[in-house]
Amino acid sequence: MCFRFPRSRWSVASGQCSVTLLFALIVFALSASCARLSEARHARQAGHSVRARKLRVCADPNNLPFSNERLEGFENKIADLVARELNADVEYTWWAQRRGFMRNTLKAGACDVVMGLPRNFEMAQTTAPYYRSTYVFVYRRNGGVKIDSFDDPLLRKLKVGVQVIGDDGANAPPAHALSNRGIVGNVSGYPVYGDYAEESPPARIINAVASGDIDVAIAWGPLAGYFAKRQSVPLEIVAVSPRSDPSLPFTYDISLGIRRGESSFKEELEHALERRHGEIQKILDDYGVPRA
Amino acid sequence: MKKKGKLSQHFLCAIGCLLFLGACARRLEQRQGDQAGLQREQPPQTALADDDGQWVRASKDFANTRFSNLNQIDRANVNQLKLAWTFSTGSVRGHEAPPLIVGNTMYVVTPFPNYLYALDLTKPGAPMKWKYDPRPAASAQGVACCDLVNRGAAYANGRIFYNTLDNNTIAVDASSGKEIWKAKLGEINKGETMTMAPLVVNDKVLVGNSGGEFGVRGWLTALNAGTGQIAWRAYSTGPDADCLIGANFAPHYDHDRGKDLGVSSWPPDHWKIGGGTVWGFVSYDAEQNLIFYGTANPGPWNAEMRPGDNKWTCGVFARNPDTGEARWFFQWNPHDLYDWDGINENVLVDLNINGQTRKTLLHPDRNGYLYVMDRTTGEMISAKPYVNVNAISGIDTKSGRPIHVEEKKTQAGKVVRNICPGAAGGKDWSPSAYSPRTGLLYMPHHNICMDDEGVEVSYIAGTPYVGANLKMYPGPGGNRGEFTAWDPVAGRAVWQIKESFPVWGGAVATAGDLVFYGTMDGWFKGVDARNGELLWQFKCGSGVIGQPVTYRGPDGKEYVAVFAGVGGWAGAIVAGDLDARDTSAASGFVNVMADLPNHTTRGGMLYVFSLP
Repeated sequence: MCFRFPRSRWSVASGQCSVTLLFALIVFALSASCARLSEARHARQAGHSVRARKLRVCADPNNLPFSNERLEGFENKIADLVARELNADVEYTWWAQRRGFMRNTLKAGACDVVMGLPRNFEMAQTTAPYYRSTYVFVYRRNGGVKIDSFDDPLLRKLKVGVQVIGDDGANAPPAHALSNRGIVGNVSGYPVYGDYAEESPPARIINAVASGDIDVAIAWGPLAGYFAKRQSVPLEIVAVSPRSDPSLPFTYDISLGIRRGESSFKEELEHALERRHGEIQKILDDYGVPRA
Repeated sequence: MKKKGKLSQHFLCAIGCLLFLGACARRLEQRQGDQAGLQREQPPQTALADDDGQWVRASKDFANTRFSNLNQIDRANVNQLKLAWTFSTGSVRGHEAPPLIVGNTMYVVTPFPNYLYALDLTKPGAPMKWKYDPRPAASAQGVACCDLVNRGAAYANGRIFYNTLDNNTIAVDASSGKEIWKAKLGEINKGETMTMAPLVVNDKVLVGNSGGEFGVRGWLTALNAGTGQIAWRAYSTGPDADCLIGANFAPHYDHDRGKDLGVSSWPPDHWKIGGGTVWGFVSYDAEQNLIFYGTANPGPWNAEMRPGDNKWTCGVFARNPDTGEARWFFQWNPHDLYDWDGINENVLVDLNINGQTRKTLLHPDRNGYLYVMDRTTGEMISAKPYVNVNAISGIDTKSGRPIHVEEKKTQAGKVVRNICPGAAGGKDWSPSAYSPRTGLLYMPHHNICMDDEGVEVSYIAGTPYVGANLKMYPGPGGNRGEFTAWDPVAGRAVWQIKESFPVWGGAVATAGDLVFYGTMDGWFKGVDARNGELLWQFKCGSGVIGQPVTYRGPDGKEYVAVFAGVGGWAGAIVAGDLDARDTSAASGFVNVMADLPNHTTRGGMLYVFSLP
């Protein structure tokens, strides 16, 4: 273990062994010379004998720390574990995780599993969760700022960055938490869609903390934990409190998503998640995913 | 760094794929084509002076009347109208475009992947002359909002101009099908797309962007028609310099005057991702040399995060087409609460109001009100509700601002029921037609209300979030669609046809005193322009959301043409194969459209009709 996460506060040093760890991860390159993101591309595991069974997974090819087409995301690793448990090979269909993702992937039959969906997400059947994370505050450790609550008066003065979705009134819960408190004028929005031409578009909000563009970011934990470790200045990551506002949860159970009605497959996956629980937690630790 | 390599790979791929299928370089018969060139399209500004045998831009004329003086097909003989020929587009997404007719050639542009076909009208069955394939980035599908529609092309000076979903404006030689220039104007990877039909004014091709929900900043851009070079770009948010607001900006209302209101009417920096995209139709008044176009809703914040008027979203700009300089602006919905894009069409007609001839602009807004504006000044002359509206109680005559009903205001975490009209408004993009013979505006629209049921968990890019759970359902009467003939002087409906489904396509009016429109369950209808009596109808293979047109063929006969091919926001349940159990899919539209798949299936087909 490189880090130990206290219950509600994570100190994340830059570099250290995480980098080593990252480099230790096997990188698979795809020979997709004229490939397009919307086309199904198949990544076969190197170093394995080909198994008859396929675990067909739909994932975003450019969305670390969750997944990418070089299989560097933690959901890529967890998919591997689950597949191994099912004696199967992972076969990917890549599609940007944006509006229409579920419709064009799982529902279209392009795959059988989507990794990392919130539990009870309406558009799929979800398994028992394999982790639970939280929205977090992110700020520079040496910036003279300490914050762990939406009710901290400091939030009205600092330059605050928050993830925005903006899809017909939809937004990340922290954006609502801020507006409910009238914290508006000092808040900048970082579209969670970002610029897909860049590497891992949602990372911008964390980079902005390191660069000093903003004093504090409020971001989804896995994203924050991973990118905070990759900055040149040490960043502090603290779970938001309270843990929920009326009807606005800030912590979410995360599950695998499959089509409705496939109950024996669900049981099979849950069994695999359970058996590999320890290894999954290890992967999440390695990627700096805050747990709640 | 690593990404760069990958990107250039994609780029090289795109370049490598730029092969034209249009090998046929047969010369077009230029006889009528040349007549429709730029020179001929100068004033007077209404359709009436243009050649009614042709249809060279999406909205027929600069005034956007969609009125044709052709009268061979009339109320007496329309019941004999027969299918003349058809053409399958090979695309299954929502077909919202009109065909263009230039000389003896018809041009049709399809939804993504945005093929452009030229069809030879001189030959039986109108065989294909050529097909142009722009090869848009396939990733456009993954990042594009909504359905993958295109709203049409424009012809001028021997060229067809149109936009592709991946933000290219393209000029194609009308006779050979060869690409002349291609200008990349936006970034699909930032959620930006282009779906609107360009308008060519003087030597400028006017185009705008889509994608407001993604934090895209809206703009209208003028390209030099000859070269594809950007002549000017006017943003819908931000400093005056970016919005091309200068010394000649003279809006009618005080609240639109002041420095940099596109900045100060937002919390700091919010204008940078403020929305206000430009995806509707542009109209043009040659006499004043002014163009008019609407701006979409603000984004991506929910309303509480963006206190202020959020200028210049949800309004209409009047600009000089040569310089882009703004003359006036009027905001239909300051500080939009309901996703009421201001992009609906602006139809330019001169009306006798209280004994005076007024140069007006007619605009049926999403907020359910039909505005009559003075297009020379931007003053509101009147605004009357054309559908059932309970979210606002009226438009203040002094300020031109809607008067909101307090209990219908949406707010995150609050449940608000029975908001009328819903997020799609009383009317969406579907363009109206105006007949100078009847003095009526023929509006395809809908009758849909919604509940804003607070939050539901969703996720994007791996990040869970809470979405407004919008549930749409039919408004009073139970009919989801309406086709309304509106008297803009009297401010009332003269007749109205109720339709089961939203009327999502356009309308055309003719001097035969007929009006044509289509329904989402596939009926293409010809009705009496005076009283709305249904005189003829034809069942198409898929739902109709296209813009019908009429033209004179090389044989001297009048034809009526329309795309079938259901889709768009309302039709996404069919075109996108959405799950009817997921009631909030396509932003709540699926709930109200759950039965559409029982009535139609997808598939793009052009239908052309004539008398025997």
